[in-house]
Amino acid sequence: MAGYIFRRVLQAIPVFFGTTFLIYFMVFAMPGDPIVALFGDKTPNPAVIEQLRQQYHLDQPFIVQYILYIGGIFRGDFGTSFSGEPVTQILARTFPVTIRLAVLALVFQSVAGIAVGLVSGLRKGKLFDSSALVVSLILISLPIFVIAYVAQYVFGVQLGWARTTVGSGAPLQDLILPAIVLASVSFAQIVRLTRSSVIETSGLDFVRTAYSKGLSRKRIVPVHILRNSLIPVVTYLATDFGVLLVGATVTEGIFNVPGVGNTLYQAIIRGEGPTVVSFVTVMVLLYLVVNLVVDLLYGLLDPRIRLVK
Amino acid sequence: MSNNTPSPRTGHFVAPLEDTPLVAIDAVKVDEKPSNLWIDAWRDARRRPIFWISGLLIVLIIVVALVPSLFATVNPFTEKCQLSLSNGDPTAGHPLGFTKQGCDVYSRIIFGTSTSVSVGFIVIVLTTVLGLLFGAFAGFYGGWIDAALSRVGDIFFSIPYILAAVVIMSVLSQYRSIWTISLAIGLFAWPSTARVLRAEILRVKQSDYITASEALGVSKIKILLRHVLPNSIAPVIAITTISLAAAIVAEATLSFLGVGLGGSIMSWGNDINQAQRDIRVHPQTLIWPSLALSITVFSFILMGEVVRDALDPKARALR
Repeated sequence: MAGYIFRRVLQAIPVFFGTTFLIYFMVFAMPGDPIVALFGDKTPNPAVIEQLRQQYHLDQPFIVQYILYIGGIFRGDFGTSFSGEPVTQILARTFPVTIRLAVLALVFQSVAGIAVGLVSGLRKGKLFDSSALVVSLILISLPIFVIAYVAQYVFGVQLGWARTTVGSGAPLQDLILPAIVLASVSFAQIVRLTRSSVIETSGLDFVRTAYSKGLSRKRIVPVHILRNSLIPVVTYLATDFGVLLVGATVTEGIFNVPGVGNTLYQAIIRGEGPTVVSFVTVMVLLYLVVNLVVDLLYGLLDPRIRLVK
Repeated sequence: MSNNTPSPRTGHFVAPLEDTPLVAIDAVKVDEKPSNLWIDAWRDARRRPIFWISGLLIVLIIVVALVPSLFATVNPFTEKCQLSLSNGDPTAGHPLGFTKQGCDVYSRIIFGTSTSVSVGFIVIVLTTVLGLLFGAFAGFYGGWIDAALSRVGDIFFSIPYILAAVVIMSVLSQYRSIWTISLAIGLFAWPSTARVLRAEILRVKQSDYITASEALGVSKIKILLRHVLPNSIAPVIAITTISLAAAIVAEATLSFLGVGLGGSIMSWGNDINQAQRDIRVHPQTLIWPSLALSITVFSFILMGEVVRDALDPKARALR
């Protein structure tokens, strides 16, 4: 196990440097003044430009800039936002809200997705299965901002069941609608994955053995079929974290949830390039850490994974 | 599973001779076309109604993209928008009403089709070329080439491609066009194609016909191009159809966020972005472009399903 952890962490190091370098390269190795380019058609205050130049060490050669920038990340310095607030301070304020939203969405999508997928898989080709397939294909086709606006309009404006924007402090009941919207994206994928996994598992020998032993369906379905079908679903949930981050950016923006995604969303729509870069970096690092942790957990749960070189 | 039902016959079973007309089995039809993966796939696909539905929709979408003037009631590039018609209701010749700027919603949607479709196709050309290069060399040559190329793929894969595109488009704020946005999306979307191809090549490489070609002294590059690639391309085609839909969504998302295409380009994402401020009072200006976008994405997703099922016998069994 120690060897596995060591190998996996070692693998993450080039990816960490690679991703940060890539983001930095995309922004600061472009011809012209990157700070001016980042502001687009807006002309920022010369003092702001000067401050950003210093922050990103633009008077140094490119590679020195990158090393200084990495050094900053290791010290927990992700730069300063457009309004002058340190990015870490914004993160401390907004992160708990995003975690709450993401956990809620994860619970919704896994519970609903696995339940629907299981029933679909057990009743392959029946009416429930075909309707679930159609609904999941439609959901996959709807971009998240469309789902968010339709949900906001129907449940918030028309029916008045939920508040269209989340109040300060982001109380849990306000987060339910945004979380359902956020969950809807991956819900369909989880349904389909669970379904195919359940169908595959149901055809395996140990399930046939269980039936021929005379075990009841009540026992076989949860213990033999479902448990063994969940492995690919759990894998998917981890890789899907990136989709959740992008989805959270749009959902938090539309419902005005005061989270990390909303900060990025506001920076994007206001064209505050440097803040966008800081927050994208934060999200990518978060994504790397989550994937690393999930991989390590896997090695713990499934010995086959840690033994494979 | 149908083969779970126990056979009524038990023990050894020898079929009576008249039940197995050996003559018929022995007779090889020389002029019969040998079946292969592609013929099987076509036979499977053409039997499915969703193949024809999505196919017709895609043909229609492409025709609209190529000759929008056939369908639009006004030309949104030449016709001036009238502010007096701001958020106006549908009238004759303007079936879907007017935007906040008083432009015809229907014609803007028709002319926006080519933007979405172009971005979709440019992105899949990019992801396929990059994915083929990285996936084929990594899978076929193995060793340190595989290790190096796969690590590069990992790095690109570790940045969610919409976030990467947001950064690229923020930097390229002065050069926003169909080409730059396609580049921004495609540059980070190729690793999934490369991974699929690499895995398939690793599988195909084990085949006897590859060993046979090697034994015959066929050069490595020839084996790759003649034998390995044609036999491992099927899953790439399936994933490409779905990537096309994903690229269309990505463009709309970026335009919706305001870092996509410039305002002068007709794009559903731009229209949705413009309409969002008035959603409470005039939801229709937001609904129509969203619907056009969703139907287009739906058509390509459906086609992706059919293609994947048709090319993968394992997926066919799940139906």
